[in-house]
Amino acid sequence: MSAAPQRAKAGAEKIEVIVSAVLPLNDLVTRFEFKRKDGNRFPTFSAGAHTVVHMRDGDRQRLNPYSLMSDPADTETYAISVRRDDEGRGGSLFMHNNVKVGDAMEITYPVNLFSLDLRAKKHVFLAGGIGITPFMAMIAQLERSSDSWELHYSVRTEALGTYVDQLVSKYPNKVRIYYDDQSQSINLENLLDGQPLGTNVYVCGPKGMIDWVHKTAAAAGWPDANVHSEEFTAPQPGKEFQVRLCRSEKTITVGENESLLEAMEREGVDAPFLCRGGACGQCETNVVSSDGEFIHRDHWLEPDEHGNKIMPCVSRFIGKSLEIDR
Amino acid sequence: MSKFQFPESIKSRPVYGTLKARPGKYHLMIADAEGAEAILHLHEQDAGLMAKAHIIYIPKGSNLGERLRAIRPAQYYEGPTYEAAASRIERVLEATHMGTQIYLTGTEGLMGQAMRACMNAGIPHTAIQTEHRGSVARRMQCVHCKGITEDVETDPFECSHCGLNLFVRDHYSRRLAAFQGVCIDAEDPGNVPEKVELYK
Ligand code: FES
Repeated sequence: MSAAPQRAKAGAEKIEVIVSAVLPLNDLVTRFEFKRKDGNRFPTFSAGAHTVVHMRDGDRQRLNPYSLMSDPADTETYAISVRRDDEGRGGSLFMHNNVKVGDAMEITYPVNLFSLDLRAKKHVFLAGGIGITPFMAMIAQLERSSDSWELHYSVRTEALGTYVDQLVSKYPNKVRIYYDDQSQSINLENLLDGQPLGTNVYVCGPKGMIDWVHKTAAAAGWPDANVHSEEFTAPQPGKEFQVRLCRSEKTITVGENESLLEAMEREGVDAPFLCRGGACGQCETNVVSSDGEFIHRDHWLEPDEHGNKIMPCVSRFIGKSLEIDR
Repeated sequence: MSKFQFPESIKSRPVYGTLKARPGKYHLMIADAEGAEAILHLHEQDAGLMAKAHIIYIPKGSNLGERLRAIRPAQYYEGPTYEAAASRIERVLEATHMGTQIYLTGTEGLMGQAMRACMNAGIPHTAIQTEHRGSVARRMQCVHCKGITEDVETDPFECSHCGLNLFVRDHYSRRLAAFQGVCIDAEDPGNVPEKVELYK
């Protein structure tokens, strides 16, 4: 058995787990901890990795990616923190409302699309809200290797400051919190100015924040290679559409509230994926023919590929006909 | 014109571009010989750069230094050789911060060595701009004795350290900032093809 994701396989290999703790942290965020069902140890992971949690919600299978936020060196327990999204597609609500200690679940081996650049002389983390989760693991990893880091963490209110107390008491000199409701905001230009050569910046948070960091850093002369971001796009609902899967010789309908990838899975088609968030490239599928418009929502395809490729995990289609190579 | 179009080669061979003014807090420009022309060109693109620029120049016999001085960079240094300038380059890199743009231009040996210094200071090589100007002579490492021979102009050439006849390869090492030279007559000692000038 290997932990390495195989090319064009439906997801990374799975691990059977038991939910060992469910800890509400505030009104919106709950932490879930897992132990292996077979009593063995988990593989160590590199900070920034995520796992895809498989949820059995009635006859519906939900697969959501979450950043692993526990200490990467802790192979007894994996932990994720889930923010409840009342408007979302239901995965986070299912976690909050249905998952109890002792439940059996499946999660995938960790996959890292947001790794630390260990050549960096210094790491600066910029977190917005639940975007704090990958940094919890990164901080644990860097503390162990005594690397230099600092965290700038923007939260809505004190009450919604997930892990704020823990971070501030453990690392008072490395962590700075900004409260939206007190009109505090990260002074990014100032913060970027004067950082030592070889500093790397990482941002995880809402799309607007990520774009702002990339833009501000570029304007200040920072190389792209020193600015890292992770953005998972949850698939968005949209109009129902039909698609012909020419390799499987099937025509299927993608419902309003499911993604193309989910519709294929529901139909028993073995479709590749890793991140389910438009970031990894694994689900890339060739378009054989199309008459209509694509709604590309991934961060993977180049604009010139938009006519002949689609990322089924997040992207949709509106129009007369679509045929894909799957 | 001091520009030379290198033919396409293996992946390890560095490729050079054309310097462009980029936004930055500080601009470090390192050049030798005809590389000065690329800096003058940069000044034509955006004269505002010079107020935040530090030019380190090794003339190698050219007389373009005066013209570089005339575009009034914030700091200007002229040194006789790269080795002589190296400690200054290191010191400048130590004191500099993120937001610094690097511009390297001139011979391959100069660009390679300056790039190595920048990479060691933590700048990713993909963020460093280069433009080749002037001589196509190369900085070569003898893979046998590891000695470096500067400004190699012919293929093959004799290693300036161990004297072996070396074939000039396009195989390049960023870490050593040198191309690799391999013994050309190992199997049949003395059977050495005639020297040809590089790219002639
Ligand atoms: S599964 Fe990662 S991009 Fe679609």
